[in-house]
Amino acid sequence: MAGFSIRPCGDFRTTYRQDTRIFDTTYIRNAAILGIFAVAMIPFVLDGYYVNLFIQISYFAIAALGLNILVGFTGQISLGHAAFFGFGAFASAWINNTTGIPVLLSIPLAGLMTAAVGMLFGLPAARIKGLYLAIATLAAQFILEDFFARAEWFTGGSYGAAANPVNVFGYEVLDDFSFFYVCLFFLVVMYLLGTNLMRTRDGRAFVAVRDHYLSAEIMGINLTKYRLMSFAISSFYAGVGGAMYGHYLGFVSAEGFTILLSIQFLGMIIIGGLGSVKGTLMGTVFMVLLPEVMETGVSALSVFEWANSTAVTDGLAYIKEMAIGLAIILFLIFEPDGLAHRWQQIRAYWKLYPFSY
Amino acid sequence: MAPAKGLGRHYRDGNMNFELLFQLLLNGLIVGTLYGVVAMCFVLIYKSTQIVNFAQGEFLLIGAWVCYAFLVEMHMPFWLGFLFTLLFMMAFGIVLQMVVLRPMIGEPIISVIMVTIGLSIFFQAATKWIFGATTATYPQVFETRSVNLLGMQIETAYIMSFVISLFIMAGFYWFFKYSKLGLAMRATAFDQQVAQSLGISVKTVFAMSWAISALVSGVAGIVIGMVNGVSSALSVIGIKVFPAVILGGLDSIIGAIVGGVIIGLLENTAEFVDGQYLHWGNLFSIAPFYVLIIILCIKPYGLFGTKDIERI
Repeated sequence: MAGFSIRPCGDFRTTYRQDTRIFDTTYIRNAAILGIFAVAMIPFVLDGYYVNLFIQISYFAIAALGLNILVGFTGQISLGHAAFFGFGAFASAWINNTTGIPVLLSIPLAGLMTAAVGMLFGLPAARIKGLYLAIATLAAQFILEDFFARAEWFTGGSYGAAANPVNVFGYEVLDDFSFFYVCLFFLVVMYLLGTNLMRTRDGRAFVAVRDHYLSAEIMGINLTKYRLMSFAISSFYAGVGGAMYGHYLGFVSAEGFTILLSIQFLGMIIIGGLGSVKGTLMGTVFMVLLPEVMETGVSALSVFEWANSTAVTDGLAYIKEMAIGLAIILFLIFEPDGLAHRWQQIRAYWKLYPFSY
Repeated sequence: MAPAKGLGRHYRDGNMNFELLFQLLLNGLIVGTLYGVVAMCFVLIYKSTQIVNFAQGEFLLIGAWVCYAFLVEMHMPFWLGFLFTLLFMMAFGIVLQMVVLRPMIGEPIISVIMVTIGLSIFFQAATKWIFGATTATYPQVFETRSVNLLGMQIETAYIMSFVISLFIMAGFYWFFKYSKLGLAMRATAFDQQVAQSLGISVKTVFAMSWAISALVSGVAGIVIGMVNGVSSALSVIGIKVFPAVILGGLDSIIGAIVGGVIIGLLENTAEFVDGQYLHWGNLFSIAPFYVLIIILCIKPYGLFGTKDIERI
């Protein structure tokens, strides 16, 4: 996040330490903390529908952050993120069911397992890049989907796997209300880790690999190591997100992790902004809310005769899918830097409000 | 199953298996040439505009559905409906290139890939919405359903698809070898700036390569639609194209055909092995992707592709 925000007059940095703080200014840090508190109030203020939406946003946002580390920061394209998300969901349920390790611990363990699988499929990334890598990860998506349907010991085959609810020190988290706080905890921790990663040597190496891989290699960055590491971290995030998804639904079925979900993940980070941690969150919110808004829109339009026809009501699922595709295309054509950039422009506008030009 | 028993049964059915294998290989050849045709369209776009088209399968889908609409819903005779479909696909390709892909020139590769993926899900959902998610069949075009060839029953539609595929390949050969536009396209693929300085309109070439690709894919869609019926499953061909083009080399038209045929044969061989020995269920649909990963690890530029050398 460093370097993106507008600093107030007179706020100079005198040390490198100040230059790489997670939150650029004290104001932003306080605003972020206040924001977390405000979100924590949601279950008390709003009803179950919004709590459910938040839970969806949180597990997708964690997985999407992983994809953004891979695509936005390291420049490696992956079309198989949903498969890793699914693997995390199955892995966590499997660990918990077979070994009895508590769910809260099996979620990060599932992340580690997914990271290992991600590294396996990231191996071609040591040799290929760009388009070829995109196609290799597309193959990974199909191979893993096939694996989910086949490996009955692991996923329960076509019946799916049951996932136990989260258990925090003996207290079973059964309703949305308490699961909300589990999600909030994971979301904050994973996003802080993600932001922090970008201040470390490894994070800077990722960005160097993205910007010019040959120059990066000449500067002494081990390309193979960092590409694989990026795949591993990305899959770890996907695995954690997927595990939360599995334990939230209580049931994991092999059908849910198709290429369409992979595309939705890519849509989230493109709409939010490639290479922006904050943007990932914005993009996820956009992607999760888009179908909901479409549904509300269609039901609001149903006062008109034409919108009440069966073509519109029956085709709602297709209209939602079309909206996803259209949103990705329109963002790429008109706002390739995503919502994060748009947000920056809005802030800059209001900062200098009456005198901006 | 005990090994001795299995062996015995296998020995007894030896002749049957051979016939089945032969039938499947023939099937693979026919399907493979169709893959080759679609792969060729994919390579055409990649070679001339440097865009990887993830929406190639949707071109087939749209072509097949539009033809279906002309034939069944407007009751046109086949030749007229076919002709109108070709015109429609051509216009569709040009408009798509002008409206969506032209703004993407010079953007990073991830953006270009994502635009075509966005198009792919948009059109897939749109066709499902407009035409429904169920499989539709064309009216019968040929009187006889199958003919006898070398002692084997082959569906007429299969023979027709094979002939059409060969015809399209020959057409491509002629087009790029002798026609003015084809030569202009080759020049543009070779070096855009040089082509431009020789008076070739790169804009036209880009639009035309999308138009031709959409048109030929549409024909392939109609052909497959005649054999299997039209449904959204057609767009799977767009995914199957990737193993074919990677195997053949991304920028080689010959490679696309060879890759397509190999993938078609491989699929059917996998089905044979699976059905006879392994009984895994759906090996044939997943085998090309294992091959894809292996090729990318061993020989990423494929059999005929040019290796890019990067300099700082």
